[in-house]
Amino acid sequence: MTVIVGPKTKPPEAIKDASMARQKQMVNAHYDRLASAKERGEKVAATFVPGNLNELLMCFDMVNNLPEVNAIQNGLRRQSGGYVMEAEKLGHSEDVCTYVKSDIGMMAKGNIGPNGKPLPDPDVLLLSYTGCFTFMKWFELLRRQYKCETIMFQTPYLADGRITTDMISYMVKQLRQDVIPKLERISGVKFDIDRLREYLRKSAKAEDDHVWVLQSAKHKPSPIDAYFGGIYYIGPIFGAFRGTDDAIEYYKFLRAEVEQRIAQGKGPVTPDGNMGQERYRLVVEGPPNYTNFRQFWKMFYDEGAVVVASSYTKVGGTYDYGFRHDPDRPLESLAEYCLNVYTNRNLPMRVDMLENYINEYQADGLLINSIKSCNSFSAGQLLMMREVEKRTGKPAAFIETDLVDPRYFSAANVKNRLESYFQMIEQKRAGFRGAA
Amino acid sequence: MRTFVGIDLGSTTTKAVLMDENKEVIGRGITNSRSNYATAARVASEEARIDARFTLFRRALHVGEAGHEHSAEFLAALERNFRLIQFLEQLDDLEETCHRQLEADRFKSIAGPLQEALHIIFARLRQEAASLYAPGAKRKSDFFRDIAGSRFHVHAEAVAREMGIALDMVLNAYDKSIIEVENRPPGGDLSDKFRRAVARMLAADSHAADGEGDFAAMIESALGIELEETYLVGTGYGRVTLPFSKEHIRSEILCHGLGAHMMYPGTRTVLDIGGQDTKGIQIDGHGIVENFQMNDRCAAGCGRYLGYIADEMNMGLHELGPLAMQSNRPARINSTCTVFAGAELRDRLSLGEKREDILAGLHRAIILRAISIISRSGGVTDQFTFTGGVAKNEAAVRELRKLIQENYGEVTININPDSIYTGALGASEFARRAVAA
Repeated sequence: MTVIVGPKTKPPEAIKDASMARQKQMVNAHYDRLASAKERGEKVAATFVPGNLNELLMCFDMVNNLPEVNAIQNGLRRQSGGYVMEAEKLGHSEDVCTYVKSDIGMMAKGNIGPNGKPLPDPDVLLLSYTGCFTFMKWFELLRRQYKCETIMFQTPYLADGRITTDMISYMVKQLRQDVIPKLERISGVKFDIDRLREYLRKSAKAEDDHVWVLQSAKHKPSPIDAYFGGIYYIGPIFGAFRGTDDAIEYYKFLRAEVEQRIAQGKGPVTPDGNMGQERYRLVVEGPPNYTNFRQFWKMFYDEGAVVVASSYTKVGGTYDYGFRHDPDRPLESLAEYCLNVYTNRNLPMRVDMLENYINEYQADGLLINSIKSCNSFSAGQLLMMREVEKRTGKPAAFIETDLVDPRYFSAANVKNRLESYFQMIEQKRAGFRGAA
Repeated sequence: MRTFVGIDLGSTTTKAVLMDENKEVIGRGITNSRSNYATAARVASEEARIDARFTLFRRALHVGEAGHEHSAEFLAALERNFRLIQFLEQLDDLEETCHRQLEADRFKSIAGPLQEALHIIFARLRQEAASLYAPGAKRKSDFFRDIAGSRFHVHAEAVAREMGIALDMVLNAYDKSIIEVENRPPGGDLSDKFRRAVARMLAADSHAADGEGDFAAMIESALGIELEETYLVGTGYGRVTLPFSKEHIRSEILCHGLGAHMMYPGTRTVLDIGGQDTKGIQIDGHGIVENFQMNDRCAAGCGRYLGYIADEMNMGLHELGPLAMQSNRPARINSTCTVFAGAELRDRLSLGEKREDILAGLHRAIILRAISIISRSGGVTDQFTFTGGVAKNEAAVRELRKLIQENYGEVTININPDSIYTGALGASEFARRAVAA
């Protein structure tokens, strides 16, 4: 019988595997470091996840604060709803990106971070623009708030679907002439390219294991969930840990954990324990909903649906097609990294990627989670869906939620669509004869 | 006889379909879902079983065949008597429940007069009951709540006036009771009720049975056919509240797709406007769903919206379509949000625009929303089938035909008189296949 998870039902404690516990410690340590950065005289840079220049910031001894990650953390902790409302009181429209509103609302309410301690004011806003116009507006608002310097690192959009040498040299020029000199001035630390090379070497090492973990979903059954679980797997590499030994250790540890799951023939770990039989393998496009994350995930694993690949886990960089940070071409490789970010890719590239995922990961179909307040993801999704359907012949479905605005998660509606979709896959598999 | 049951627990109405092994629908039942889904499911399937009995009677009595012309009359009379018996039974229940309400504190001070008033009201209700089910009598609804409720109000008003007591107290006793009565599944042995109905009509008119053979015996033999419920599949928003296991549940998208395919095998696009949501569904040549889109975040444009409009205009839901059809100059209401359209309704009424023109415009606004959902699901392909309760609304159908023609050209548009049962039909076919597979 179907178990209904109502809003008043307190779910049992979520089951976490060792790597999740380890990551939690890392994230907590980072937030503590952020909270006490000023006491230690450390400078703070606010920057975005897609195309972030973590290794470069580390060269200037700067601590990295990511407003999107704060919004996600607040979403998971059910704080974002109040923050979004607070931002609306300040005059921000209902249609504005809810990451932005959660961030603005958090500031309005004392800028208390997810660890309960006040977040420091940034010394610089480093905007590595990768396909999301909202980022510019967001930092304009933050600049007005903090009255600090803003560095704009412009990443050309891959409108033609390829990276040219001109693009790379344009970006390297920005790094040399604008980004690095400004960071030197703000931090008071002289840039040392060898230091950057060392960090990039470490990044590449962690990236290898990260890619291995994501690609482990090609196994049947998949040992991981590459969307809901994937959110955890991308945490260190897309956040403040790329280029650190911590990240290398984390991904080594995670890889060993996944290897063990494969050896034991196990599926993914869910908040309710090991997932039951794998019945549907899906590719998911679009960010998840964070305010009802566990309830949302449950709708999948209760039905035996596992996500084997997702575009969202490439939002901070696409590594699975071979890109690695390269210590021999440090600045060029930072540029390439930014250019490769998923939101910086044009629609045909995204379609190709989704099509490949469906084929390579032997998925049953494509599911799109269209986000109400995220234009950079949601624009064109219906067209992408049709094209992928046409090319793969696999069924696709469309659900609609939001990032961190709990008002836009209608559980009954989402569940209804998901169940219909799973049954649709079943029906297609069975064909006419056994269409029961 | 093996039967397969499909139940569609919609937000407004619950529908049940009983299918036999030859894929023939032998019974349909419908009730409102307002009370609760579990009861609604029981009532609807009981109604479907009753309807199935009538199908068996029709077969036994050779209705429609040459030389059996009286059979139809006999059967119609039987149905009227049967419905009357059912109505009187529920009336008894309602009266008893009303009297029980009087034990509550708030009625204490006037319990005596209220008791007397209820006796008089129910006596009058019983007295006129036969006329409600007389040959040719027309009823606006077949739901007990609607029939008993409207007549209770009429009599209560008169009795309260005659007795000089407060009307609201009488109505309060009724309001507290009707939900309880509605929530009680129909009781008693069905076959016994049919026998009583036969006896009742023969007592009133012994010639009723004069015809081609011994009707009573034929009914008796049809009653002897056991209707075995082999498998049941539930669908609709209420499905998770029922004790159905996963194998017994299908989404309404699949059920509407398959149901529409069974009604019209050539159909490729299905539009279902339900109480709370609108679905655009694409199906293949086997009725398998290829794609679907639903409204999200906003239910404007769904069936329930017509209910709001009806309330707003102080009209019955079923009067909306016919009134809108009288319009020659529909108002241009372009808001895709039908709640905004409601604001426009009030504005235009105050400016003196004709009700029928505004209503026609509102029907268009609702269909505009539906067209958007259909296009997102992949557009309209020949043939197109419109399902759900709103498919009965001729004004909505008129606008739909117009907009489909404008956007997609000449396409066959199917609308089945039993369109409201499409989801339940698909569910019953899933039930049949579950056993056949």
